[in-house]
Amino acid sequence: MSAVEQAIRARREAGSGALVAYLPVGFPTLDDSIAAAIALVENGVDILELGLPYSDPVMDGPAIQKATQTALQNGFRLRDGFTAVEKVRAAVDAPVLVMTYWNPVLQYGVDRFAADLASAGGAGLITPDLIPDEASDWMAASEAHDLDRVFLAAPSSSDARMRQAVGASRGFVYAVSTMGITGARSDVDAAARGVVSRLRDAGCTSTCVGLGISTADQVRDVLSYADGAIVGSRLVAALAEGGVTEAARVAADLATGTR
Amino acid sequence: MTLRDVVGPYFGTFGGRFVPESLIAALDELDAAYQAARVDPDFAAELAELHRTYTGRPSIITEAPRFAEHAGGARILLKREDLNHTGSHKINNVLGQALLAKRLGKTRLIAETGAGQHGVASATAAALFGMECVVYMGAVDTERQALNVARMKLLGAEVVAVQTGSRTLKDAINDAMRDWVANVDTTHYLLGTVAGPHPFPTMVRDFHAVIGTEAREQVRELTGRLPDAVAACVGGGSNAMGIFHAFLDDESVRLVGLEAAGDGVDTPHHAATISKGRPGVLHGARSLMLQDDDGQTMESHSISAGLDYPGVGPEHAWLADIGRAEYRGVTDAEAMSALRLLSRTEGIIPAIETAHALHGALELGKELGPEGIVLVSLSGRGDKDMETAARYFRLLDGETEDAR
Ligand SMILES: Cc1ncc(COP(=O)(O)O)c(C=O)c1O
Repeated sequence: MSAVEQAIRARREAGSGALVAYLPVGFPTLDDSIAAAIALVENGVDILELGLPYSDPVMDGPAIQKATQTALQNGFRLRDGFTAVEKVRAAVDAPVLVMTYWNPVLQYGVDRFAADLASAGGAGLITPDLIPDEASDWMAASEAHDLDRVFLAAPSSSDARMRQAVGASRGFVYAVSTMGITGARSDVDAAARGVVSRLRDAGCTSTCVGLGISTADQVRDVLSYADGAIVGSRLVAALAEGGVTEAARVAADLATGTR
Repeated sequence: MTLRDVVGPYFGTFGGRFVPESLIAALDELDAAYQAARVDPDFAAELAELHRTYTGRPSIITEAPRFAEHAGGARILLKREDLNHTGSHKINNVLGQALLAKRLGKTRLIAETGAGQHGVASATAAALFGMECVVYMGAVDTERQALNVARMKLLGAEVVAVQTGSRTLKDAINDAMRDWVANVDTTHYLLGTVAGPHPFPTMVRDFHAVIGTEAREQVRELTGRLPDAVAACVGGGSNAMGIFHAFLDDESVRLVGLEAAGDGVDTPHHAATISKGRPGVLHGARSLMLQDDDGQTMESHSISAGLDYPGVGPEHAWLADIGRAEYRGVTDAEAMSALRLLSRTEGIIPAIETAHALHGALELGKELGPEGIVLVSLSGRGDKDMETAARYFRLLDGETEDAR
């Protein structure tokens, strides 16, 4: 069982589920993004998702777009992603997944990327614009380097595609809560429940819900039916507004939803 | 199998679908509707009727002898897509997709636009079919194509000036995709070129293939033979694929795509994706693109908004790869000079995009000599570019015309 699955399993056996947190590497600076990621884990986050800033982030809403654009303007390079994973792993024990659009991986070299991620101590990749149908290189590289593969399942996915996502994923399946992009929402879609239940029907034992989750109550609600709750934009906004301290405070508050 | 029979999702190693899972169902639905429409005589008849009574098809070809004097004496034939309703080739694809959207029960059309020609065509179709329309346009482009912004608004469309990234066409596509993910139940994304995830490259090509099908017959009728070369400008590549397609299996016909070389392909300021790009994934397909070592998309540069795009359709990447088509760069200065030359020798003011193809035709003519015949896709008219051209040539009040 992978480290991510173990972390999720441990939280489930304790009667709850995992809090998964997203932050982009390099925002507001490389050092601060690393410090913030470490602080999140110290304040109750179970699994980290470090995002690699990309020029054309079609799955992201305004908060994450703005942060990743800032990181790129500040000179973010792909290698900074590996540095961040390594430093975070040296400081805290939580598994670290990397969230990235596909072209940077393709240009770095799929196998080389997987090798460097594994040696930095990374747990695997979440790939928002790579569907299993196009992922044969990544399937092979992730097998070779023992990495998790997190594919997405959406409210619009057919049953056959749900089964495909479950079969191809390792770690967890990312259940997209709503038809839309990242960003805090006041109500997490009822659609999320439907996606999770259809994933369960497809044999899924590990699924985390993402998109729109921004409060401890939403975390608690999601964990009543899913194995993990993913928070992104809310933490990025906190980091933008009040730095590492504020991001840590929001994480601690979100973590109350896991108790 | 002939080259004309290739229908995707892959063109060699290019094409495919690199999009969020949320969009796959919509792409499947669109693909199924398109496959059904392709073999449905009612659909074909409805589209043909619109082309006849609304667009003004078939478009004519015009021989350009005075222009051809500057092209080594070769015969230059212009396929007049500029005479279509709304002023460019873009309407061919728009009417096809709008009909499909209607069949799918969608009530809202969204589109990206660079020069504004695709946005205008989309707004036009939305008005014609009584649909809502939102057009995403980079803020840089809303400025340089202000006239087209006004046209879209007059037609009842909402125009969103996109402020993210490089604030040009690529960012407009990103925002259109984000809108589509969130509103896919009611909305059709009317993508304006032969790029994007399958089935767009194939479908958009097919809707434009009428350009080449008509032109191939017209050239034969006029000259008794096929042309030696077909020239078209390449932004995303739709007018070029449209005119190339009918000739793909005519081995004697050279297919030449003209890309925007901006200040020059060896400067940092160009949009010559095929000449200078590397394989990568952008906007849903694997193709060639301008990118840095990390795979970040680089900003392109061209005086022409419609060619100012760091990607290109996957079928072009494949045609370049297998050597069936060749692609060359044309600088801003060369294009503007060809624009003025056609205006003065033939009384036809082309779009700046199109002027790139015209420069290519001048060169091809010189290479072919007096026996040569070059067919050019005259993809659009220059009305929208008057402000840029007037500034470039200093034609405004009180200025002395620049002889450049
Ligand atoms: C007149 C004209 N020609 C060409 C283009 C470039 O598009 P494509 O390469 O898809 O034909 C545009 C795009 O806006 C245009 O307006």
